[in-house]
Amino acid sequence: MAQTSLDKKFDQIRKREEEKTFSVKKRSRIVSKFLNNRLAVVGLIIFTIIILASLFAPLLSPYDPMRVDLRSMRQAPSFDHWFGTDSTGRDVFTRVLFGGRVSIFIGLGSAILSAVVGIAVGCYAGYKGGWIDVIALRVSEIFMSFPQIILVLLLVSITGQSLFNLMAIFILTGWGGMYRLARARMLSLREEEYVQALRSFGLSTFTICYKHMLPNALSPIMVNITLSTAMFILTEAGLSFLGLGVPLNIPTWGNILNVAQDILVLQNYWWMWGPVGIVISVFVLCVNFIGDGLRDSTDPSQQG
Amino acid sequence: MKKEILKLRDFKVYFPVKAGVFNRTVGHVMAVDGVDLDIYRGEVLGLAGESGCGKTTLGKAILRLVEPTNGKVTYVSKENDETELTSLEKKDMDPFRKKLQIVFQDPHSSLNPSFTIFGSLQDPLKKFGVNSKEERRKIIGDLLEAVNMRREYMDRYPHEFSGGQRQRIGIVRALCLDPELIVCDEAVSALDVSIQAQVLQLLMQLKKDNNLTYLFITHDLSVTEYLCDRIAVMYLGRIVELCDSEDLYKNTLHPYSEALISAIPVADLDKKTKRIVLEGDVPSPVNPPKGCPFHPRCPKAKDICKTEVPTLKKYSTNGNEHYASCHLIDLPEISK
Repeated sequence: MAQTSLDKKFDQIRKREEEKTFSVKKRSRIVSKFLNNRLAVVGLIIFTIIILASLFAPLLSPYDPMRVDLRSMRQAPSFDHWFGTDSTGRDVFTRVLFGGRVSIFIGLGSAILSAVVGIAVGCYAGYKGGWIDVIALRVSEIFMSFPQIILVLLLVSITGQSLFNLMAIFILTGWGGMYRLARARMLSLREEEYVQALRSFGLSTFTICYKHMLPNALSPIMVNITLSTAMFILTEAGLSFLGLGVPLNIPTWGNILNVAQDILVLQNYWWMWGPVGIVISVFVLCVNFIGDGLRDSTDPSQQG
Repeated sequence: MKKEILKLRDFKVYFPVKAGVFNRTVGHVMAVDGVDLDIYRGEVLGLAGESGCGKTTLGKAILRLVEPTNGKVTYVSKENDETELTSLEKKDMDPFRKKLQIVFQDPHSSLNPSFTIFGSLQDPLKKFGVNSKEERRKIIGDLLEAVNMRREYMDRYPHEFSGGQRQRIGIVRALCLDPELIVCDEAVSALDVSIQAQVLQLLMQLKKDNNLTYLFITHDLSVTEYLCDRIAVMYLGRIVELCDSEDLYKNTLHPYSEALISAIPVADLDKKTKRIVLEGDVPSPVNPPKGCPFHPRCPKAKDICKTEVPTLKKYSTNGNEHYASCHLIDLPEISK
């Protein structure tokens, strides 16, 4: 009988077993399952590259993102200026790097913070039920029924444009979704018999809902965090494009895109908005891939 | 001598039925409607009845997983100290939670999929004062061996086990604090028959080794016959017959028990069994029929059954106590 490649593999395993070199991998299941997911790994690599590049922006680029250089306005991409320069002669590549810092900070930061708020409220209220749940549900409905853009307009006109105001708005409007997700999972989980078993031991509510139930509710939340990171980055870009987001003097991906409002720029100077648009899309795509990977790998019943 | 471990008096569990815009309570599901029951130390008490008769609710309410609406549950310790559990604050229940445990029906939802066996079993031990990790591992390992599983299995996840194995892990969980009474809530009904026998034998072995008392909730009277010392038959939230398990099969008093027993399949082709087929469904526990709750389906119902609610009366069969609630029993009643 011809030896298939599978047979060879088994032979190898047997050989290693006989030589006692066969060791069980100590890597945790979740990590190895994640690493088996190619798209997620690619996503993670690009995600890391973009984050590192933003963090080490001063090392990667000799230019100052804010410095106006009127002698080199609107230059097409060249060896000196990889992504060209904008209408005031600032290096677009440098600005994309520095802009990444702010945009990613806003996106990830507001997603994680709103998830923390949403999960904290949702888990407890969902598990406990009763009047706590009713109040939390109504409050979240009020927040979610309010149009985000109007809230932004209102708050920006009251408190002025700033990075932290924007994040605060994102968290205010974003926690409701997370809360509902966490709550819905908790509602179905609390009828599971292992939860009742824990209750029959008289364990405290906190131990039961945050330690034992939360891990089972986490995978949809994980995906939602990544999705809302992407969404917040896009919203930031959109708001900054409209001039409502982060103050224009701080470079963010949205603020860089802002120049594309000018039809002249849009038609003639593609490098001012093209590369940054691609970076945003690639980053958001990577974040989504990572989210999918995380969902699959944190699901304990799925084999890696 | 027989000594009680748990006494239920006038035990009721009602669930409110809400309707309308303002969530007004329009009625109650009387899941358990006035049960008096003594469970004796060291016995296996079967609790049988069809789906929806309230047997699971009764089991859970004893452990206060469901809050009882009315009535008393009294725990009697080995030293004859009586404590009423229903009036205790939740946090004062802790010392008694050690004594009363439960094994659940569905082995697939009774273990936390995100934790290893050790991970999900260690918190209760921690709570009850087993502080060193080695000690916790030892306790769980020993118990796993006691249910014929390998010690190393404690580091595996639930999805790596079969249904029978999971059920045994569920038993380990119930045993880990060294309880005195275990409520087995349909503990074997989700398993197939050969595994059922294994698990039942294991339960009996453990009972012998650990001086356990079981409240064995089931809808399968063929299991109870093999297993139980006494059997209580429930119908619509009430106990209709309570007696030694042998007497239930030989000297059946209540027509409902008769019908249940006639439905047990017999592995003998020559034996002609007369099956009593009950018409209709269990009446709604929101709105139980007047008089005897069983009268609309009872083949023997008389006029008195439609008006008067029978009470659980004490009779004697074979020299044993035999309780039944039916108007049509000819035996002389024994006063308490």
